[in-house]
Amino acid sequence: MSTVLKSAGRGWREITGNRAFMPSLIVAGFVFSFAAAQFELLDPYVQLILMYVGINIILASSLNLINGYMGEFSVGHAGFMAVGAYTASILTVSVFPGGATFLLFPLAVLAGGLVSALVGLVVAVPSFKTRGDYLAIVTLAFNMIIKSLIENLEAVGGPRGFLGMEKLTTLPWVFFWTVLSVWIIRNLVYSNFGRGVLSIREDEIASDLMSVNTRHVKLIAFVVSSFFAGIAGALFAHLLQYINPRMFDILKSTDILIMVYLGGIGSIAGSIIGATIFTVLLEILRPMGLWRMVLMPLLLVILMIFRPRGIMGLREFRWFVPLHDFLAVRLWRRKKEAADASS
Amino acid sequence: MTYLLQQALNALQLGSIYALIALGYTMVYGILTMINFAHGDLFMVGAFLCFVAATYLKLSFVPSLLLSMAGVALLGVVIEKWAYKPLRQAPRVSAIITALGVGIFLENFTLALCPYPKHIPPLIAHEMWSFGGVSISSLQILIILLSILLMILLDFIVRRTMVGMAMRAISWDKTIVPLMGVPVDRVISITFAIGTSLGGAAGVMYGLAYPVIDPYMGIMVGWKAFISAVVGGIGNIRGAMIGGFILGGVEILVAAFLPSTYRDFVAFAFLLVLLIFRPYGILGKPHPQKV
Repeated sequence: MSTVLKSAGRGWREITGNRAFMPSLIVAGFVFSFAAAQFELLDPYVQLILMYVGINIILASSLNLINGYMGEFSVGHAGFMAVGAYTASILTVSVFPGGATFLLFPLAVLAGGLVSALVGLVVAVPSFKTRGDYLAIVTLAFNMIIKSLIENLEAVGGPRGFLGMEKLTTLPWVFFWTVLSVWIIRNLVYSNFGRGVLSIREDEIASDLMSVNTRHVKLIAFVVSSFFAGIAGALFAHLLQYINPRMFDILKSTDILIMVYLGGIGSIAGSIIGATIFTVLLEILRPMGLWRMVLMPLLLVILMIFRPRGIMGLREFRWFVPLHDFLAVRLWRRKKEAADASS
Repeated sequence: MTYLLQQALNALQLGSIYALIALGYTMVYGILTMINFAHGDLFMVGAFLCFVAATYLKLSFVPSLLLSMAGVALLGVVIEKWAYKPLRQAPRVSAIITALGVGIFLENFTLALCPYPKHIPPLIAHEMWSFGGVSISSLQILIILLSILLMILLDFIVRRTMVGMAMRAISWDKTIVPLMGVPVDRVISITFAIGTSLGGAAGVMYGLAYPVIDPYMGIMVGWKAFISAVVGGIGNIRGAMIGGFILGGVEILVAAFLPSTYRDFVAFAFLLVLLIFRPYGILGKPHPQKV
């Protein structure tokens, strides 16, 4: 084994990156998020922005699964978010007993994700037949239909919106859900299923011929992606304490798309960076008033011209990639060497 | 019966505006296989240019229309040169995201310049005629006739002139055609100029028919026109015209029989059902994938 690695000219640690980095980052983040909420280390405004960053990271990385890894073009992510937001809000406001909402909040978030995943199942079905631009239309139409449907549902306030949620979304909760979703999406991408997703992006027909069950893979990818969008929506609703259908229109979907492509497709670290930069930059530029909304798209266009794949673009930090992925490569190399030697 | 006829007339008016915008989408798609998401916002710029021409320059209808069309065409060509041309070899999604970015830029730039909705002064003398209960206004006649005229003109350009032949050739095969001495860049510029100027004309007509304009008006109309292009089969010029009229008809029918809040819902549901049965639109041809 060591001969293989030496022939590559790099040590094992250099290949895999610092494995202790990510766990310590997560622990430090948890401690910090609890402390910040408990001892008022940060002022509420900064905390609010951090929570938005977390929610946007969930949205961007879940959309990256479809758009970046699977190579489809979904433009209706805000629709799933709306489903999750309304489901969770209805649960906490109308269904759960008044005193227990604080304890039952994770359940509401989970339910938001599950209902959204159920809707994702419906959207996944057209993706079996149509691809590319036509699938983009299907997802777009879905987004519009969800928005239009909520506007016509008087029970949830219709176009006036829905309010009455308590502010249940706190920094530790956002951190928890962000870490959970990023972790699950990362593990999915580097699993056997993830290879199926990548093979669909590279060549759907070829992967079908290589006995990848493309329908199955697409279905799961859409369900997982919409599940996390629903979770993000639930968190968003309980952070803002007010939602209306116009918040989840095509402009919101475009925002999420920009985060994904800014960070780079096919890279979860890219989605994290993209969501962070997008959210923070919008806040920093707030004194510019309306002109910040002019500057942002301009920056995006310039970035796309000079770096069409986004900031990370199909790359990943070494410490972010699961260990078994490197082990698989090592195993493959060893087998290949053995085969080469015997032939 | 008269009610239906009246609604059919409204559908024709709305449909011709959708069709004009859809033509821009479909022309650019045909030649570059790229969705120009900024097109809906160019439509909005057309309406604002008409507002400027009519209010500040005190121009009458025809000069304002020509000014808007020329201004939007120029803007379209500039956008193509600066934003899309560097990305012609890049992955397709980068071009689409750039187009989205350009669109948002146009919206917000217009918003920063004039933050309040504007009102276009009536440029056409308002007259109503009545035929057996069906009333028709001079504006409706103008919109329908002018768009049909523009569409016939476009069809003529694409099918009967050298430029049109070059366009069709480029959309047929992008690698061989430049070798035959066709100046690809110039043809693409001309395509953008024609497609976006039709969008500008649609903006003027829309602004006259529904006089309150705001910077975000291009989003919804743009997406609907895009849907029209897809319904007709994107890349197909006659398909875009048919798709525009179909979508206009569906929307007016829904508004006539159901509460108008269901309009978008039914329009998009209709689109989904249509795409299930004809995944490549009405006139579009499926692209067989070679393995």
